[in-house]
Amino acid sequence: MTSATVTSASVERTLAGRGVDWRGLVFLLLLLGSLLLTIAILLTLLIDQTARAIPVFQERGIDFLTAPLSSNPDKAGVGQGILGTIVIGVLVSLFCFPLGILTAVYLEEYAPDNRVTRFININVRNLAGVPSIVYGLLGLTVFVAFFAALGFPNNGRNIIAGALALTALILPIVIITSAEALRAVPQALREGGYGVGASRWEVTRRLVLPAATPGILTGTILALARALGETAPLLLAGAILGTFSSAGGVESLLTGPYTVLPMTVYDWSRRPQEEFRALTSAAIIVLLFVTLFFNTVAIFLRNRYQKSW
Amino acid sequence: MTTQLDAASGARSPSLTLDTNHQTGPTETMASLPTAIGIRDVSIYYGSFRAVKDVTIDIPKNRITAIIGPSGCGKSTLLRSINRMNDLVPSARVEGRMDFHGENLYADYVDPVEVRRRIGMVFQKPNPFPKSIYDNVAFGPRITGMKGNMDELVESCLRRAALWDEVKDKLKASGLTLSGGQQQRLCIARAIATEPDVILMDEPCSALDPRSTLQIEDLMAELKENYTIVIVTHNMQQAARASDFTVFLTMDDDRAGYPVEQGPTIELFTNPKNQLTEDYVTGRFG
Repeated sequence: MTSATVTSASVERTLAGRGVDWRGLVFLLLLLGSLLLTIAILLTLLIDQTARAIPVFQERGIDFLTAPLSSNPDKAGVGQGILGTIVIGVLVSLFCFPLGILTAVYLEEYAPDNRVTRFININVRNLAGVPSIVYGLLGLTVFVAFFAALGFPNNGRNIIAGALALTALILPIVIITSAEALRAVPQALREGGYGVGASRWEVTRRLVLPAATPGILTGTILALARALGETAPLLLAGAILGTFSSAGGVESLLTGPYTVLPMTVYDWSRRPQEEFRALTSAAIIVLLFVTLFFNTVAIFLRNRYQKSW
Repeated sequence: MTTQLDAASGARSPSLTLDTNHQTGPTETMASLPTAIGIRDVSIYYGSFRAVKDVTIDIPKNRITAIIGPSGCGKSTLLRSINRMNDLVPSARVEGRMDFHGENLYADYVDPVEVRRRIGMVFQKPNPFPKSIYDNVAFGPRITGMKGNMDELVESCLRRAALWDEVKDKLKASGLTLSGGQQQRLCIARAIATEPDVILMDEPCSALDPRSTLQIEDLMAELKENYTIVIVTHNMQQAARASDFTVFLTMDDDRAGYPVEQGPTIELFTNPKNQLTEDYVTGRFG
């Protein structure tokens, strides 16, 4: 193009482009629409449940959080549910995290890359997709039966058996997320460690695990939050529907009847009395708070360990 | 005194400046000096693929030996087999004999972890640990359970790596906050903290700017008083500038690397005996 034909009009036309990008705009609206729809669904759920739940908190206050289960809606509370959820949370963490993380370390850092290892990896992924009620069956036929055979009270249906069933449920998830976190650690870090004469154990312990900690923490705590919200496995493995009284004391806690928050929600949702509708919503709100608490802890811990190194 | 070297046939040949302050005397050969690493008929395989074949080199003690050659000819493979880093690759296999001060590096009783403490390595891309500068240097000695004054050791290593003045006020800062050249010097300090005899360098300057590169080359010249240095480099000018001896590797038709020529750097660059060598150093290929 010679300078004679470059007019300001033609330049303006060139720079202005094709005008408004209609297709891009439609796409953007589609994306925003999906986002709004998703949020709307979640918000509706939240607002609906909160609205139903508020009267309960206004009337009963703290009592609702501490009172035991009761067939009388004016007296029933989530106290036993909260206690059970906390205890199961502690037990599942104790059983599942060391087991899952160490398995992931073995698979990622130690196991040779052969068919056996690949086979194990594939099957761990398969196990993560098994329906949770199957783990309930596992809990019943293996763990509960084990405790029953040893003569434990309540036919072996205790919180430890329930925790073991939930451990089995989230173990594949913990293994997978921990393995991903380990895989994300750059190989250059390991090479640097080997290069100064560190053994594989020292490289893993002093370099790889610290680097993978944020990812591992996030994954394990999110898995725990999921476990705490599960109902199906505990339904089979023996959490109590209906009322029960705890004798108090650690032994009764660990070997006696128990329930957890999701079970309480399920139980109350099936009661015919009208008053239990509001109670169900209140229990749901408490459960949401517990889940939110664990997710927040996960994010906090992850951010804290992701220092500016 | 510097020797200006131009290729015989002009055109696109680079000119190489040999700073003879870095060079050995004309009477020294690789065979006449005490040997730090003796390599005899070594071939290295990855599975069934032979990456390196028939290597016989005597790496002289307290000198800088450069390994040069075109890409993919097995220089890094050879280097990494000296400190048994190739053990980390399951399919890697070394045939032949590699001696460290007369001891077979691949004997059954040898612990590769111990080998790597005596033969240190600096990598192509600086890889300091995500720890403080102090902890980076102290890492190796801590693992070996070193008793004694760690502060002194860290300072001594940082001084020998020409980094002390720049970091002495911020030893607790993360190693990752340093510049590229500083990070590489930190990696050198880290490597010498375990008091090795030999330092292997795998293209240590290829990720650095020219000024840092020259700093590291000067550092190497100081270090060779106490350590034996083997450096793999793509950069012929660097090999010519910084090394005392050079080994030239090339690839055969099966993509196996083999040594073509080796000897004092001055001779290899000014008076190569092999046509392949002359072609490579004058830039006709590679």
